[in-house]
Order: sequence, then C-alpha cells, then structure tokens
Amino acid sequence: MEALKLTKKDFTSDQDVRWCPGCGDYAILSTVQKIMPDLGVPPHDVVFVSGIGCSGRFPYYMNTYGFHSIHGRAPGFATGLKVSRPELSVWLVSGDGDAMSIGGNHLIHILRRNVDINILMFNNRIYGLTKGQYSPTSEIGKKTKSTPMGSLDRPFNPLSLALGAGASFVARAVDRDLGHLQEVIRAANAHKGTSFVEIYQNCNVFNDGAFSQFTEKETKDDTVLYLEHGKPLIFGKNKDKGIVMRGAHPEVVTIGGEGGVLESDIVVHDETVPTPHYAFMLSQLQYPKFPEPVGVLRSVEQPTYDEMANEQIRRAKEAANGSSSLEKLLNSGDTWTVE
Amino acid sequence: MVEAGAGSREDTARPSQELESVVIRFAGDSGDGIQLTGTQFTNTSFIAGNDLSTLPDFPAEIRAPAGSLAGVSGFQLQLSSQEVHTPGDTPDVLVCMNPAALKVNLPLIEKGKVILLNTSTFNSANIKKAGYEENPLEDGTLDDYQVFPVDITALTLGALEDSDLSQKEKTRCKNFFALGLLYWLYNRKMDTTEQWLNKKFSKAPELAAANIKVMHAGYNYGVTTEMFASTYEVKPAQIQPGKYRNVTGNTALSLGMVAASQLSGLPVFLGTYPITPASDILHDLARFKNFGIVTFQAEDEIAGVCSAIGASYGGSIGLTSTSGPGLALKSEAMGLAVIMELPLVVVDVQRGGPSTGLPTKPEQADLLAAMFGRHGECPAVVLAPATPADCFDIAIEAVRLATKYMTPVIILSDGFIANSSEAWHIPEVDTLPDLSVRFTVAEDGKGPFTRDPETLSRPWIRPGTPGLTHRVGGLEKDFNTGNVSYDPDNHEKMIRTRAAKVAGIAKDIEPAQVVGPESGDVLILSWGSPAGTVRRALEVFQKEGASVAGCHLRHLNPFPADLGQVMAKYRHVVIPEMNLGQLRMLITANYDVRPVGINKVKGQPFRVSEIVDPVRRLLQGVH
Ligand SMILES: Cc1ncc(C[n+]2csc(CCOP(=O)(O)OP(=O)(O)O)c2C)c(N)n1
Ligand code: SF4
Ligand SMILES: [Mg+2]
Repeated sequence: MEALKLTKKDFTSDQDVRWCPGCGDYAILSTVQKIMPDLGVPPHDVVFVSGIGCSGRFPYYMNTYGFHSIHGRAPGFATGLKVSRPELSVWLVSGDGDAMSIGGNHLIHILRRNVDINILMFNNRIYGLTKGQYSPTSEIGKKTKSTPMGSLDRPFNPLSLALGAGASFVARAVDRDLGHLQEVIRAANAHKGTSFVEIYQNCNVFNDGAFSQFTEKETKDDTVLYLEHGKPLIFGKNKDKGIVMRGAHPEVVTIGGEGGVLESDIVVHDETVPTPHYAFMLSQLQYPKFPEPVGVLRSVEQPTYDEMANEQIRRAKEAANGSSSLEKLLNSGDTWTVE
Repeated sequence: MVEAGAGSREDTARPSQELESVVIRFAGDSGDGIQLTGTQFTNTSFIAGNDLSTLPDFPAEIRAPAGSLAGVSGFQLQLSSQEVHTPGDTPDVLVCMNPAALKVNLPLIEKGKVILLNTSTFNSANIKKAGYEENPLEDGTLDDYQVFPVDITALTLGALEDSDLSQKEKTRCKNFFALGLLYWLYNRKMDTTEQWLNKKFSKAPELAAANIKVMHAGYNYGVTTEMFASTYEVKPAQIQPGKYRNVTGNTALSLGMVAASQLSGLPVFLGTYPITPASDILHDLARFKNFGIVTFQAEDEIAGVCSAIGASYGGSIGLTSTSGPGLALKSEAMGLAVIMELPLVVVDVQRGGPSTGLPTKPEQADLLAAMFGRHGECPAVVLAPATPADCFDIAIEAVRLATKYMTPVIILSDGFIANSSEAWHIPEVDTLPDLSVRFTVAEDGKGPFTRDPETLSRPWIRPGTPGLTHRVGGLEKDFNTGNVSYDPDNHEKMIRTRAAKVAGIAKDIEPAQVVGPESGDVLILSWGSPAGTVRRALEVFQKEGASVAGCHLRHLNPFPADLGQVMAKYRHVVIPEMNLGQLRMLITANYDVRPVGINKVKGQPFRVSEIVDPVRRLLQGVH
C-alpha cells in the first residue's frame, strides 16, 4: 500500500513569516518543514509547543497543531500534553532566554524526567524579541543596551547544563549547515525520551556574527568538530587534527608528521556511553582553545516519564480488574445507613 | 479483666443524662495522636447515628519541640441529635494531654465546663515549657472549671505491665486511654475502634492488642472510679434516610473529580505542587489511577498549572490544586487558558495570607485575587463550596462549566472546609449530571474559533484530529479565523466576547437560594465556609421570629442572575466573611446595595455569636 506522499508544503502553514529578513530562524523552519514528511507522522498528529521569543513564533508557521504558550513554561504544557496523549509527536521550540533564564527550572526538570519530547533550543546568545539585551548564554563582557559596560555573569553552557540535568539525548547543530541540521533533528526525533538540541542561530539584528567562526568557510574546518558515532574525533581542513585524552584532560593533537600522534590514538566517538562524563567532556570543548563539537554528544536509552506514568495507570486498572466502579468508590470507607 | 464485647453498660448504677449536643475538643502534643483520637471518636459517633461536624487544628510546624506551645495539636467535634452545621463555638469538654495543650486551649473554653487532664505530664519541665510559672493544677487557674485530673500515662503503663513492648511504645498508647474514658462517658461502643486498630496493626498484632487493652482500661476507669457522677447520651439524629460516610472537603473534592471524569468520559489530569492545606487532593487522587486519573507532581505551581492546561488542550480535564501562594504563581498561565479558551479547573484551598501567613488556618481572602488577580481583562468562573460534602458537587459543577464554556474555573475552598469533616449523604450515581463532551471533528465544518451562538463557547478540538490543524496561543486571535490578529477593533471584540461568555453563565446556574422569610429586615449573604455558622445563626433568629433570612452563594462569578432582585427585598444585607470585605466590595460594585460587613481574619472560623450579635444590633436599629 502506498500512503499519500506528504511534502514540505503539507507542513507549511498559510501564515506570513514575520522574522527579520536574514534571521537564522528561517533556515531552521525550512529544514524542519522539509524533513517532517519523512518522519512518517501526519501533520495532525504533530504538535509544536513554544514559549515566548522570536523562536516562540515557530508553531504559527507549521501546518501542524501548534501551541504558543508563555515565557519559559513550554516544558510544562508539553509535559501535560505528552503524558495525557503519548501517541502524539510533541516538539518544543525555545530560545536561550526562554529555556535558560525564565524557564531554567522547567528545562532541567523535563530533562530529568525524560519526557518523550524533542526540544529545539535556538541559541542566538541574545534576547531577540525584546530587542537586544544580553542572555544567559552571552559571553562575559557582552555590551548591550542593558549592559553598557559589559555583562558580568558567566554564561551557561547549554549542553553541559542539559547533561548535568541527566538528559538522555544531547546534540548541537548550526543554522548554516542545513544538511547536518537535518541529520541531527532526525536523530532527535528517532530518540525516545527528551531530545535536547542546541542550534546555534544567528540573530543578524542584535547579535550578528555570534557564530561566524563556526560558519565561515575560512575558519569552520578548524573550529568545528563533527561528531560521528564510531568515528575518531578528527577535524581540520586536512583532517589532520584530533582530540586525545591526557589523563582526565582532552588535548588537541596533530596526526602524523613529525611529533604527531597516530590516528589510532584519537578518541573514538561513542554517543552511547552510559555515564555522562565523556559527553560532558565533549560539551566543555570550547573555542578558541578547542573546536566546538556539533552532532550527537549523547544518546542513551532510558525509560520515559510519559510511558512510565501510563504504565502505572495500566497496572492500576489491571489490578482493579474491571471493578473500578464509581458507585463502589463513593460507597467505600466506613459507611452507615440511616433507615 | 477485659472481656471481649466490653463496652456495654456494666455499671447500671450510674445515671445517664441525655444531651442534645456536645462539643468535645481533644488537645495535646502533635506526637500524642490527637487527630487519630478525634477521628476515632467521630467515626464511632457517626455509626451511633449522631450528626457531626469536626475541625482538626494542626500546628504549623511538623515537629515542634515536644511539650511546646507551637507543637499543640487540636481536634474539635460537635455531635448532636439534631442537624449540625459547625464543629461548635466553644468546647463543653476539653481533653488536655499536656500543660501546653491547656495553655493554648483554656481561652477557648467557658467557665464551668469540663476539663480532663493527663496529670502525668504536669511536671515542672513541661509546665515551664508551656509558659506557666506555677503548676496550673495547684495555683487556682482552674478553679472555675470542672477539672478531672487523671494520671493517664501511669494508668496506661499499669495496664500494659505484662506487655513486652518498650516503655516508649507503651507510653504512646495513652491517647487510647483517654479515648476509652470518653467512650464510657458518652455511652459509646468500642468495636469500631477495635476493628480499626486490628486492621491498622494487622502486621503488628501486639500493638493492636496493647492499644485495645489501654482503651478498655480507660473505659473501665470510668466504670470503677467515682469521678464522674453521670454519663451522657447523645441520641441518634433525625437524618434523611440513606447511606452515609464521613468526608473531609479535600476528599469530597477528589471524589467529585473522579465522578466528573466518569460522567464526562474524560480522564482527569492533575498537575500540581504540594502546599498546605491542598496537598491531600493530590494524595487522594494519586490513589485513583485505576480510574484513569493522572497525577503529576510538578517542579512548582507554574509547571503544575501549565501541565494541566497542556492536558486540557489534549482533551483531558486539566486540574490544578493549590493554596494562596500557588494561586499567585499560576496567574500568568491562567490568563493563557483564558485567551486560548481551554477548560481548566483551579482549586485554591485558601489559607491565612499574605505570603506564608497562617498556613494551617483558614481565611477567605483570595476572592478578589480569583476574580481579578490576572493581568488584562481576564474573566474566570469562580465557585465556592459551602461545606466539606459540598466539595463533591462543586467539583462536578466546575467541570461542567469548564468544559461547556471552554473556560478556567476557580474553586475557592479553604483550610476549614478542606480538613473538617461531615456526614455525606452518598448520592446514587444515576442522579448525577451527564457531563459528556463531544470533541469537534472536521465534518462539523467548524473552525477553532467558531462560537456556539448560545454559549459563546468555542469548539474543543483535540490535536490528532485530521483536517483541523490550527494554532492557539497567547497572542490575540482573529474573531473569525483564530489566526494572530493585532487589529484594534478585533481585540476589543474578543475581550467583550470572552467577558460576555463568562457573564452569560449566569443563565445556566441555580438561582439564589433563600432560607427564611422572602423579604424583611436582614438578609445574611454568605459564601464559603461560614455557611454552617450562618445556618446556626438563622436557626436562632427563626426561633425568635426575627425577620432575618440567609442566602448562601456557591457561584461568585458570575453571580446568580436573580441576586439583585433577592437582595432588594431586604432592608439590610449583611455579609460575614473571613477577610476585610471582599464579597462586600463585589456586591457594592455590581448592585445598588450597601451591605454591612462582619469581618474576621483570625485564622479561626466564625462563632455563631459573632454573627448573631451584630445582626441583632442591626435589627435593634431597624425597629
Ligand atoms: C513573563 C514575561 N517576562 C518577560 C517577557 C518579555 N520577553 C519576551 S521574549 C524575552 C526574551 C526572549 O529571549 P530568547 O528566549 O533568547 O528568544 P529570542 O527572541 O532570542 O528567540 C523576554 C524577556 C515576557 N514575554 N513574559
Ligand atoms: S530579532 Fe534576531 S532572532 Fe529575532 S527575528 Fe530578528 S534576527 Fe531573528
Ligand atoms: Mg535568544
């Protein structure tokens, strides 16, 4: 049987997209719309939940069910929806401020619970919608309208934060590398449990070029480390650089040549390591000392909250063995009859 | 020696005096098993056919130092051969298990009443901890009361002389001595409590046996000592025939939610965060998973309400339960449910505020917060149960309105209703309303904001429905299409429509119920937990033939459609409430009426006299 083939158009709503021209959000939207038809879920079984921010507008542009909620709280809505309707494919779109400032508490808890939801966090290291204040992922010393002398607080590392909260799937992609972004989102969708995907997203109006070192041709080969399961951590224009461990510390080395190491000494990527130490080490690789990893850092099977919650209900019903009558319930406990 | 079946009258010599009603207050350290003792006396008296009302009075601290004033726990109950509406104003009998309990409770009791004391605990350390300079048993403090000093701890240990239990375990049985003694004093049988003990300690039968033994020892102490001149008897009440059980407000509310789920065919999803005095709703519903009830203990109140709204969007009955501080946290998300027009039930079990306030004490000071505590023009339905048992019906009503009108509904319970209990006439399931819901499908030809012309409600479309994908959100939506709209006229139209939808519910609720004369001098207009006290006050006026009527509101937004006409028939409208006049403010704003307020914010329910006296003064001014 040949099901009706869905196309990108089937997932595109009739609403005008209102982001600034040149915003990285366009590329992400287009990528998601493009891969949706391949995921085997009809538009009406997909729900996009978002918070507030430029990223929060995302659901309006998808021809699926959409729920544009309030600032930072999307994980709560998404959790209630997924637990009560586990058969739906639930996606959560958030920003760096939405997910890591106002919604930080909810983010760590959804990750810890491992609710089967795909989180796409658009990290532009700025508050876009409110016109350019620094965010919890902005670098120290960031000069913005709200921090004319530079910001003082240390930024969060979103991947490390997610791993610290016990996330079962952690990945990163960049808005300018669409092929890779596609792959990462597909992997996130395939993972059962909360998938946390940080997407480096350019806000060309308030933080233009925040990620240019990872996107520009001249630099990106030396600044981006593509993670591939089972492949060594090798990067560089000539594929001659890699990561080795010296004791507990990662180090960038050159492969071959005089004084270089053997390719077999390079750490081989394994996204399935049960403990989070290795993925955490990867998450801490930061430019300029290291290339920054993109791809799937961690993907491990863990029971999901939605499944377990529904399993408890199933077991409770089974134990009651069909005798859960309202009549019986109301008449339970110490009762007495007045004649 | 105690024989099985003891508890029948063995001392026929002692006269038994018949009482219409009696108010008993058990008080002691929180470790003394006071709540349990009170509950046992309550259940036994229910089964004996009395009408009853109870009020547990917990300390705010879970483990206050033993013997301290902060650690005193109380349980008051009124049993009667007549209909009971309150746990009673002042105790006729005060049982004090330690000096601190005496210190805290003595101000509650009138001169001449009975105080039963566990003298074993009146040592100098405990006396000092209670803040007494001298031993109150000896310095004349209790001269004006009928005091019955009993060495309860010593007698308990004596009764368990042969037992292998540790000293500590033996001492812990002492509340059952007091209970046994009261069973004797009020001619009660002990079998209900015996059965309960045997069940509770089925894994430790030696503890069941010890407690039973001590209870009998207490009972026999009454039989053999000459301390009490007579015993008392409260005859069964004239109660509507039917099957009954004892329920607290929180339990009745939980049962009501299960019923609403069954009657609507929809699962209930409770997203919540623990807070006194609302947590028992979570505890109760968590046990009803076999009815498909989902309970989610979220990371905070915000996530709690958000998850409930997410579940409502998915087609469940989204429910969240909280108290004042949590209501404040939920307000932004409730606004989202208002603009998205999704069903949601928010239970606020009110406690003393602001801030942490008096967390274990009741207050009614969240009414205006429920009405207006959200930004923007943000109408929600507001309901309030009158009594613990009424929480069952209010839960069903809340679900009916939330799903029919696609609106948040706030239930304002309070710490008194939540924790106190009364006999509940268990309804027949087939008398309960049909709450069935039909989700909109593509074949209905409706968009997400196509309103029902009658109710102004929008369709409930579950994600997963083919052909109806759409987006909802906090941005204003176009009246026709439901797409985002920044149009000024559309915004005003939507605001007025949402307001009209909620206001229109007045047509769909019970009219104002008047008790007493249909017109006259005074109408006592009440809401929430003062209901019982107001009923007692009305009985007082009725006996006197005074022109005083009562109207109790269960719907606070919207008000019953005829409320204005009803109030206009009386010269005065009096509003007793446990706040500084919040309903009074709403009535003044909405009607051509200037009500008189009776306001009490002490974390304690009204006493009958506190309503009768001011109304009487008003009547005197009238004539
Ligand atoms: C409760 C609340 N506080 C503040 C705001 C204002 N606000 C809207 S979006 C935003 C920051 C968004 O930043 P981010 O999540 O990084 O999203 P971006 O716009 O960059 O995509 C703020 C502060 C709000 N809408 N609600
Ligand atoms: S402000 Fe920045 S993030 Fe927002 S739409 Fe414009 S470019 Fe994109
Ligand atoms: Mg941002």
